[in-house]
Amino acid sequence: MAINVTLFRALRTQRSTIALSRFISTLILTEHDGSFVKSSSVSAIVAAKSLGEDNSISMLLAGSGPSLEEAAADAAKCHPSVSQVLVADSDKFKYHLAEPWAKLVELVQRRGGYSHIIAASSSFGKNILPRAAALLDASPITDVVEILGSHQFVRPIYAGNALSTVRYSGDQPCMLTIRSTSFLVSTESRLGTAAISQVDLSTIDEEIVGKSRYVGCSSQDAERPDLGNARIVITGGRGLKSAENFKMIEKLAEKLGAAVGATRAAVDAGFVPNELQVGQTGKIVAPELYMAFGVSGAIQHLAGIRDSKVIVAVNKDADAPIFQVADYGLVGDLFDVVPELIEKLPEKQLAV
Amino acid sequence: MKIMVAIKRVVDYAVKIRVKPDKTGVETNNVKMSMNPFCEIALEEAIRIKESGLATEVVAVSVGLAQCVDTIRTGLAMGADRGIHVEWKGEGLGLGPLNVAKVLRALVEMEEPRLLILGKQAIDDDCNQTGQMVAGLLNWPQGTFASKVVLDKEKQTVMVDREVDGGLETLCLDLPAVITTDLRLNQPRYATLPNIMKAKSKPIKKVTFEDLKVKVKSDIEVIQVTEPPKRKAGVILSSVDELINKLKNEARVI
Repeated sequence: MAINVTLFRALRTQRSTIALSRFISTLILTEHDGSFVKSSSVSAIVAAKSLGEDNSISMLLAGSGPSLEEAAADAAKCHPSVSQVLVADSDKFKYHLAEPWAKLVELVQRRGGYSHIIAASSSFGKNILPRAAALLDASPITDVVEILGSHQFVRPIYAGNALSTVRYSGDQPCMLTIRSTSFLVSTESRLGTAAISQVDLSTIDEEIVGKSRYVGCSSQDAERPDLGNARIVITGGRGLKSAENFKMIEKLAEKLGAAVGATRAAVDAGFVPNELQVGQTGKIVAPELYMAFGVSGAIQHLAGIRDSKVIVAVNKDADAPIFQVADYGLVGDLFDVVPELIEKLPEKQLAV
Repeated sequence: MKIMVAIKRVVDYAVKIRVKPDKTGVETNNVKMSMNPFCEIALEEAIRIKESGLATEVVAVSVGLAQCVDTIRTGLAMGADRGIHVEWKGEGLGLGPLNVAKVLRALVEMEEPRLLILGKQAIDDDCNQTGQMVAGLLNWPQGTFASKVVLDKEKQTVMVDREVDGGLETLCLDLPAVITTDLRLNQPRYATLPNIMKAKSKPIKKVTFEDLKVKVKSDIEVIQVTEPPKRKAGVILSSVDELINKLKNEARVI
């Protein structure tokens, strides 16, 4: 225990004395799911690595209870590049509300003086990081897809129809959210574990806490592969015509061990719940195989699938815009094609 | 109770944008501009709350070029009571959420609304930051990506259903609060002709950065704007058997 605290203090002193050097130190706002660090946060570590050679990477976790301890233990061994895990343990953080989290980031930043703060561009990161940036008077750069240097980044604009290369010229910290599909996690093992230390919360500003209260949530069945990192995604659009027909898409997905996605039109029509929406304002996916059935291919939907390795489209309308991005297209009735695929496809493929 | 709604004038969602050959940005000359779709939803929600008797006034504000006034007029035609335009003469996607958030904070301190509603993101820069930032600056609670908003006037709270990665999350916020709207919150109304006529006499106040004592901070520089890599042209196949064959043997994804 004493060794961990000494290490933390040493690192902190080192950071504050090397003011003019190009020493990079990154704070990763880490999302955890019960007892494990979410893979999107590990993508944030991969992104941090590409900021520069000498980068001291710290992960910040918040929550309460035994699951937080387990998540911290997981964080300490999740990637060889992590040197430290900071843990904020309090009931305030039980539901990952933006208000206490932003105050926490401000507190940890003022003490630690990190050059960069990164979160994945998940609903957690998108909700919290900009609020924290405002408290630190820094313009954040969100949804980064490429890192060109410690202060130069590429991000999509206009639903991904253009890419903007920007340079951050402000004072530290440089704050980013990154698209996890652009920073792939490979299984790198590490020897030993990073140091874990507790964040002293005694001076945190309490005023805002309590003005926002968690009431409840509804979430989908956790058995299906996660849409954000599935190897194969099968999407249904308005052409499915009903929630009942979507079962056919689910059956095909099950056959392939795939995740199920949907267009905005399908969600608006009530065929499937909102968390399945793929697109500019829904989830961004980059699977090896993306199959779209009854999807016209609106600009906003294409924004969510551009980086897929192979795109397949099945639509009755030969002029549907989706065929312009599909690698393989089939002009036909999905109500004939999908059952035929289910029948003829080989059994569920295990990940290679 | 007063509600303030921040709206943005952007390239219309249906326009196929082109990147300028000199890579300085996206072509916006002679291109159709409209109110950002998420901002329309924000305005619609504010007007509905007023129509239900829970608010007395809806103020539509916009920060940007002189032409923003047209967008504010559309908002007035939809049902907002008055508008505020904070003029900024700069280019393209230049002002940035931090500066807009500072302007909105100053406007909130001036107007004292109990609710500030914004669209979750603008479809031009796709930042998804401004609402969160102004909430941080005001030290107000935030309900982002809202798909349902229910105000409780007596308790002075608002229940917000949020669309998050795992599904839907419900929060209860004390007023005053900031809400950002997601797609399914409501279907915005079209302005009727009588309302468009009425809107002509509703006031739009002009306010400057100096009036609000906001200094523009430039900490992000756009180096270039480029087109994304184009996908190779695909092929149209003629049967399911052919598709399976291609996926297995050519693409090797199954």
